Amino acid sequence: MSKGISTGAIVGVDVGGTFTDLFHYDEARGSFRTAKVPSNRGDEAVGFLAGLQSFGPVAELGSIVHGTTVGTNALLERKGAKVGLITTAGFRDVLEMRRRDRRHTWGLWGDFVPVVDRDLRLEVAERTLADGTIRTAIDPEEVRAAARRLAEMGAKALAIVFINAYANPANELAALEAAREVWPNANLECSSRILPEIREFERTSTTALNAYLQPVVGSYLAKLDNALAGEGFGGRFHIVQSNGGVMSTDTARRLPVRTALSGPAAGVIAAAAISKAAGFPNVITGDLGGTSFDVSLVVEGQTMLAAQTTIDFGLVVRTPMIEITTIGAGGGSIAGVDPGGMLQVGPESAGSRPGPVCYGQGNTRPTLTDANVLLGRINAERPIGGKLARLDVDAARQAIATHVAEPLGLDVMAAAEAVVRIANSKMAGAIRLVSIERGHDPAKFAAVPFGGGGALHVGALIKEVGLKAALVPRFPGVTSALGCVIADIRHDQVQTVNLPLAGVDAASLDRRMVEEATAARAVVESAGLSVDRIDLVFELDMHYIGQTHTVAVPLPVSVENGTTGPTTGIDEATIRAAFERAYQASFSRLLPGVGAKIVNLRTAAIGRRPHFDLAALAPQPGTTVEGAYAGSRPVWFDGAWHETAVYNRLDLPVGALIQGPAILEQPDATTVIDPDLSARVDGFGNVIVERTAR
Amino acid sequence: MTIQKTTTKSMDIDPVTLAVLKGRLEQIADEMDATLYRSAFNPIIAEARDACHGLYHAETGATLVQGTNGLPIFVGAMAFAVKAVIDKVAKEGDLHPDDIFLFNDPYDGGTHLNDFRLVRPIFRQGRLFCWMASVGHWLDIGGNVPGNFNARATDSFQEGVRIPPVKLVRAGVMNHDLLAILAANSRVPVSNYGDLNGQLNALDLGVRRLTELLDEHGEETVSAAFDAFTARADALMRSALSKLPDGTYSFEDYLDNDGITADKLRIALDLTIEGDRMVLDFSRSSAPCAGPLNIAYSTAVACCYVALKHVFTDVPANAGCLNPITFVIPESTLLAVKPPKPVGGYTETILRVIGVVFGALALADPARATAAPFGTINALSLAGHRQDGSRWVMFSFFGGGLGGNPESDGLNHANNPISTATIPPVEILEAAYPVMFTQWALRPDSSGAGLHRGGLGAVYEIEALTDADVFLLGERGVFAPFGVAGGTPAALNRFTWQSDEGEKSPPLASKVTDVKIRDGQRVRLETPGGGGWGDPKRRDAEAVARDVRLGYLGREAARSAYGVALTDDGALDPAATAALRETPAA
Repeated sequence: MSKGISTGAIVGVDVGGTFTDLFHYDEARGSFRTAKVPSNRGDEAVGFLAGLQSFGPVAELGSIVHGTTVGTNALLERKGAKVGLITTAGFRDVLEMRRRDRRHTWGLWGDFVPVVDRDLRLEVAERTLADGTIRTAIDPEEVRAAARRLAEMGAKALAIVFINAYANPANELAALEAAREVWPNANLECSSRILPEIREFERTSTTALNAYLQPVVGSYLAKLDNALAGEGFGGRFHIVQSNGGVMSTDTARRLPVRTALSGPAAGVIAAAAISKAAGFPNVITGDLGGTSFDVSLVVEGQTMLAAQTTIDFGLVVRTPMIEITTIGAGGGSIAGVDPGGMLQVGPESAGSRPGPVCYGQGNTRPTLTDANVLLGRINAERPIGGKLARLDVDAARQAIATHVAEPLGLDVMAAAEAVVRIANSKMAGAIRLVSIERGHDPAKFAAVPFGGGGALHVGALIKEVGLKAALVPRFPGVTSALGCVIADIRHDQVQTVNLPLAGVDAASLDRRMVEEATAARAVVESAGLSVDRIDLVFELDMHYIGQTHTVAVPLPVSVENGTTGPTTGIDEATIRAAFERAYQASFSRLLPGVGAKIVNLRTAAIGRRPHFDLAALAPQPGTTVEGAYAGSRPVWFDGAWHETAVYNRLDLPVGALIQGPAILEQPDATTVIDPDLSARVDGFGNVIVERTAR
Repeated sequence: MTIQKTTTKSMDIDPVTLAVLKGRLEQIADEMDATLYRSAFNPIIAEARDACHGLYHAETGATLVQGTNGLPIFVGAMAFAVKAVIDKVAKEGDLHPDDIFLFNDPYDGGTHLNDFRLVRPIFRQGRLFCWMASVGHWLDIGGNVPGNFNARATDSFQEGVRIPPVKLVRAGVMNHDLLAILAANSRVPVSNYGDLNGQLNALDLGVRRLTELLDEHGEETVSAAFDAFTARADALMRSALSKLPDGTYSFEDYLDNDGITADKLRIALDLTIEGDRMVLDFSRSSAPCAGPLNIAYSTAVACCYVALKHVFTDVPANAGCLNPITFVIPESTLLAVKPPKPVGGYTETILRVIGVVFGALALADPARATAAPFGTINALSLAGHRQDGSRWVMFSFFGGGLGGNPESDGLNHANNPISTATIPPVEILEAAYPVMFTQWALRPDSSGAGLHRGGLGAVYEIEALTDADVFLLGERGVFAPFGVAGGTPAALNRFTWQSDEGEKSPPLASKVTDVKIRDGQRVRLETPGGGGWGDPKRRDAEAVARDVRLGYLGREAARSAYGVALTDDGALDPAATAALRETPAA
């Protein structure tokens, strides 16, 4: 096991919109427990503490790792703080002018409200040129005056963004220093300390959104800190970042924008770990919620990171985040026939309120969940989540008859099946988008559904996309909480360098890489969680001179003894070979004779957490397939009713083999095994769904 | 040109498979778009996404499937481009499955000389199944003016090199002689070569993806799906048209001038709705002009398609949506010219055509009305020599405001309806060229007033860090973007530059070539906002006060255009406002 400081148990806490899920792991004993408590929107600390207390005295816990949606929600609902922005003279509108885009390709309606109002954006005289030359230095008094005025106008956080600060941060840093003298709180930052990367809108947006979240995330963490201190907790408290790594709460307070996808990222991390242990290093995770289906790709156990994410029109965050592709197909997606006679499912959604027709909360238009209920795939007598006593099958049937069957001239069961097929095909499309379309062979991938609904649809995904299998984790509902416990500690940095490759000064680049690595490593070390080792990963963003987009070029070097050379070290030939490999993989043609350029240096320090033995999740011995059998019910597959066996999933023993058609039920998920598929329980308690061998 | 296509189905296709294929095929075109954006060299494609990909009917060239992000104007024009190849093959025979055609002829498939089309056949079982095409805007293709936006061109020979449909790849073998000719005729051959390779990358990928899909579903099913998409677009467009009241709706707007003389050019539309059909008659428009503001017939049809797609957003992007529409675009107008009439400024003319379609539809149904967008691309280039003697050309299009509409105020600083182009960042431009932007800002008081006002235009001020030549092809310097349903027009486009004799502006409004500025002197472009929608006096007075507080609107304009009075500290003065608003509008 690990060396290091952690003595007590570690708890992962995933606060969702409805429930807070917790995963408690005792490293010394190798044992785990889970808990589920209601979330308390607006005062998440209450549910958070209640959940922790369910494991005993909070003071005895060693560390807590938290996946949070506080930042996500503040961004999506526009509930961040009042922010003041200080910019270079002539550029205060960059944030509002965006990249001169519009919301939709077709249709010119809709406007955009930036997160910082125009009167809270002040300009100061200063200018740095693209080569880093300071043309006009700042006047500290002018900056102080601007900061004072913004504070008087009620700004709770301050962002400073100057043109070309990526090339030379001196003016920004001097301005930050001056502003700090008069700013009433700790919520102030400049762009070069958050994202020293070329492109002023993306840098401004990221810096402004960071400021927008600072007071919100800061006060949320303070509330949790206080609550934990009140319980006598003296261990470490950490936050999951959007890149799937863990950071200290100090780093989270400084860089709250990195929590934008904290919750979902933890789920992907856990799904990757679970499936790798189960012998499926290549998986596509799928989280089917009420309004959307979120997919993410894991290749050879590695999650994919996107350099930039658009939260909503004009709200761009440029920091590495686990790449999650979202499509508008969820349990609440509404089915209907458009004026051109085409059956559509989504993107319009009934959400969880009023929700599907069968919830009986006022919606009369059929949803995907209604179709699943009518087909017998969902147990109307035992709804997931425990809030409703039963589901109204007749209402679901009526809605599908009226809105789908009659307009298409189908009978109602065929219509319900068509709704499920369309939804399946949308989900399959999302999976193709992240797999086949990036050059991956789906036959090598397994689908890993987590969250409540995904396991209903795994069969279709296997068949439509040609996936190898599906793997349903033993506890799909606590996947994100488990991810918090096993996630590595990670810190990402980027620096624009703009160096032509031909004749590159390798020694100078090497020095920069070592500096970046040293800084990133220090952040990981200071997090204080036990780690087996710290890996340093370098990537260059490169292109042919003249291009504006770049390809990510992983470098096969690492820092040892304070240098990247000389034997494994960085040199022009190594970089060129790595670039051509990466370029060829992305596009079919290299362009011999055209010079290449290094645009950005990306550095990540990753503190590898001690191995977590997922066998701890496996079912206890002594259960039997017969004991898990819970009767049967008719379920509609391929145009006909099939009498289908139902099992209590958690009671199935390791090695159980179930031939479809079958339904596996558990409190937080339903797994549907189609007639031509079969399921087995592996040594970790996962259900593996595969084509039945003939 | 017949876009008319039979809507009888060769086989029935179930609604589920149809929906599945629709998603798969659009994904293929989207992925081709993305491949080109990422591997293109010039920012007009890479950043501004001036490109498009799709699948086209084997016999007619009619658009079958388009990406969801392709440049709108190309979406309309590509069918004509593919038809040009079909006609050539019909005449000359000799089509091989691994041929790729290349051309930029604006009279044979639309737009202008910078737009290079690659068209290749897709064969299945030894028969032509459909066509696949890629189009992208190359940075420079010779001619008098770097970047080819020559505001003073009087024939197409001054605009650049014209390539008719020729085989770039013959039976899988690249014609390097043709590449050498292209390279010798451009100021930026490496950039063009990079973009060409990006387009070939996109086609390679498209062929792979489509082959997989056809292997999986079979030609007959996919073919039936194509027919069904077309029939569906046709049905949706008819359904939308039949909701408009029958009648003829006439609307006109003007181009400032043709770059040669100061005479205005009329774009006039008589739009007739009859049941589920529509006639777009442009007969009353001005005659062909001497300068580059003419367009070809195919371009005119394509931009009407763009306008209709912006209004009827639910109608899918394929040829079926044009079935219920009759075009009357006589050769006696500047909207259907023949070679060698210059067409390099086509962007300005099509923006005006799109505007009059919006204007006429606003008369038919105010609930669907959109006030005029800013309506000019402002193709600005600065060119000079660096200290080391190397040549630099900075070329870009600039933004402005969109029109007020029933849903919202117009969007500030948007792209034009003909594109989804993003603007290159200041920092990218400053890193690439010896220029320094001194202002990049919203332009106060630039939008039209309305219940929903227009979006704001922008101010861009650029200091040259070497001596430089300046070229601009723009519009809206004389005729402002109009308001609808009681909204007022936006501000005019304005361009000025510093000279040793003081500030200057172009004699022909927004068009100028070969202006010399010296190291340290500046040019300043102030773009229009969008027109207003609805009566400004009905705009929420607090919203007007907020516009003033945020600096979108001056106090004087708040009073005169909106009838809103503010106190000295900027708060709303309700009593004075009520008094102003009770005064009947002049």
